[in-house]
Amino acid sequence: MEPLTRIEGIAAPLMRPDIDTDIIIPSREITSPERTGFGEKLFAPWRYLDATRRENPDFVLNRTPFRHARILIAGDNFGCGSSREMAVWALHQFGIRCIVAPSFGAIFRTNCIRNALLPVELPEADVQALAAAAEAAPLHLVVDLERCEITGLAHRRLRFEMDAGERDCLIAGLDAIDLTWRHRAAIEAFQARDRQARPWIWEPR
Amino acid sequence: MTMTPHGRTVIDRIWDAHVVTELGGERTLLHIDRILLHERTGPALLAGLAAAGREPAHPELVFGMMDHTVDTRPTRSEDPRAPSGSVFIDSFRQRTAAAGIRVFDLGDPRQGIVHVVSPEQGIVLPGSTVVCPDSHTCTLGGIGALAWGIGSTEGEHAVATQTLVRPWPRRMQVRFDGRLSAGVSAKDLVLALIARFGVNGGQGCAIEFAGEAVRALPVEARLTLCNMAVEFGAWTGLVAPDDTTIEWIAGRPFAPGGALWDRAVAHWRSLVSDPDADWCETLSLDAGALAPQVTWGTNPGQTVAIDQPVPDPAAAPDGQRRAAMERALAYMDLRPGAPLAGTPIEAAFIGSCTNSRLPDLREAAAVLRGRRVAEGVRAIVVPGSTAVRAAAEAEGLDRVFTEAGFEWRKSGCSLCFFSGADDFGGARRVISTTNRNFEGRQGPGVRTHLASPATVAASAVAGRIADVRHTPRS
Repeated sequence: MEPLTRIEGIAAPLMRPDIDTDIIIPSREITSPERTGFGEKLFAPWRYLDATRRENPDFVLNRTPFRHARILIAGDNFGCGSSREMAVWALHQFGIRCIVAPSFGAIFRTNCIRNALLPVELPEADVQALAAAAEAAPLHLVVDLERCEITGLAHRRLRFEMDAGERDCLIAGLDAIDLTWRHRAAIEAFQARDRQARPWIWEPR
Repeated sequence: MTMTPHGRTVIDRIWDAHVVTELGGERTLLHIDRILLHERTGPALLAGLAAAGREPAHPELVFGMMDHTVDTRPTRSEDPRAPSGSVFIDSFRQRTAAAGIRVFDLGDPRQGIVHVVSPEQGIVLPGSTVVCPDSHTCTLGGIGALAWGIGSTEGEHAVATQTLVRPWPRRMQVRFDGRLSAGVSAKDLVLALIARFGVNGGQGCAIEFAGEAVRALPVEARLTLCNMAVEFGAWTGLVAPDDTTIEWIAGRPFAPGGALWDRAVAHWRSLVSDPDADWCETLSLDAGALAPQVTWGTNPGQTVAIDQPVPDPAAAPDGQRRAAMERALAYMDLRPGAPLAGTPIEAAFIGSCTNSRLPDLREAAAVLRGRRVAEGVRAIVVPGSTAVRAAAEAEGLDRVFTEAGFEWRKSGCSLCFFSGADDFGGARRVISTTNRNFEGRQGPGVRTHLASPATVAASAVAGRIADVRHTPRS
């Protein structure tokens, strides 16, 4: 995974609450079992007017400067719904590296962490302030993961919280499976005990 | 981590039995007992694993199902109902075979929707940890498993190591006290819960559903209840195992037998919450006061009781929520203040991991027996598994459906979502027993109203959204 320490770029406001992964990437757009080719399919129902992919000029990511956004400012419960990781791949392949929202769908948030896409939770008032500024004039933000802060909003330094383990993984770009295999002995010991304690788990007939 | 002066929750007890090691902070390496895969998200997962040169740690604990893109039309063919052709099915067959993972393929009498088949076959057991790259994995909490949906990358982790890293969850207990009235089901319970506390009311929690109304539910209805925990914003939900659960599991093909059965039951009986358990949050609803519920909007929280009007955005707490309600009303083509009951529908769908089990089909058939679907309504019923379909046919339910004008289909996820091929044939307004009424979920421009099987059946007969309490069973 690519290391993630600092994200800089244009912030795009998309302040609807409860944006679900079916809108981020509809099932009908998932036509390949590969992990690539999803960027152009991001938000397809909102981004395109018809099957010929004519752009909807009113949709935020079709507008200048937001078509080059690196940061998305979103409403509450962003990424709720389906577990499809293609939603994260679509955002990442479009160019988004950080999403700021009051809260996230639980599975989507974990998928972000596993794909070097930073989910930042901030109080609703701060998210609203960022969105208003981004709508009023091009807003260039710097998200510093080491300091857990966002700068670029006039006179404000927004602090955010993040689990230390998740943050370390993102900063170092570590592979989570390799990290887990450092505990191989503990896994084997657990399984040896568990085969005694719950043998029915280990013998599905 | 659970050393408190308080009693313990069922979630603590299952969690503690799966701790491999603590990783510092709030994170734990947890053992995963069962991994379920399907052909929609399984191929990318297994491809990623193979590309990294990794192998399944315990392929015997991994089960594959064909459900998301399979043809569910009565004339089932090998061709999937997705515009990308058979690439997902073929890739899933090849990659599971290479990895030594068994699959219940098309033609197998065990084939069906993963969250219907895995409890039905006794693959998922109380007190087990279960993951699947599918958000409705929380369904399996209905038999007392700690089960949750994951993405493909986490799936690779689970298959490669038989573990996952999880933060210790907030624990919430949701109590449904009282007894359900006639015509009101587990689907109505969970829709009412989401309507009352919002689509993020579960806040990433692990929820225990408890109370008199939950204890009285059969296992299938508990699976329905837990199915929509994810629509409540929860990490997962479960019902602690009890006599109902244990009787339901006995004798199922992959369930333990003989002396192992007795040991397993003794363990399962210990999986309860103490009366003084330490919950982060508790919620309660009076189940006895509930009417059948129907969604009016574009998320499962936008729900009203069948006898209530479509809500008015003017009553929204803030501008953002008001705008969201207005967008939903525009998409759904509904007027605030108008009664929801009586709204004409063009299609009715019974199926999905939420409501496709035998008791669901019985409830719908009890309403349909001796009646006909209204003129112009496209009505489809999709049993959740091939075994459910066979059991329903053995008691003649297929004839009740087909004589009423329903299409009796083969098992799969079917029209719970629009994958690009199968559709409702131009119908715009659908009443559906599924779990998501998102914009475009069942097709571009399709307006979905979520409801119970009985409400969907009554509405199909009336040709409009109907109160099943006024449609006596025959």
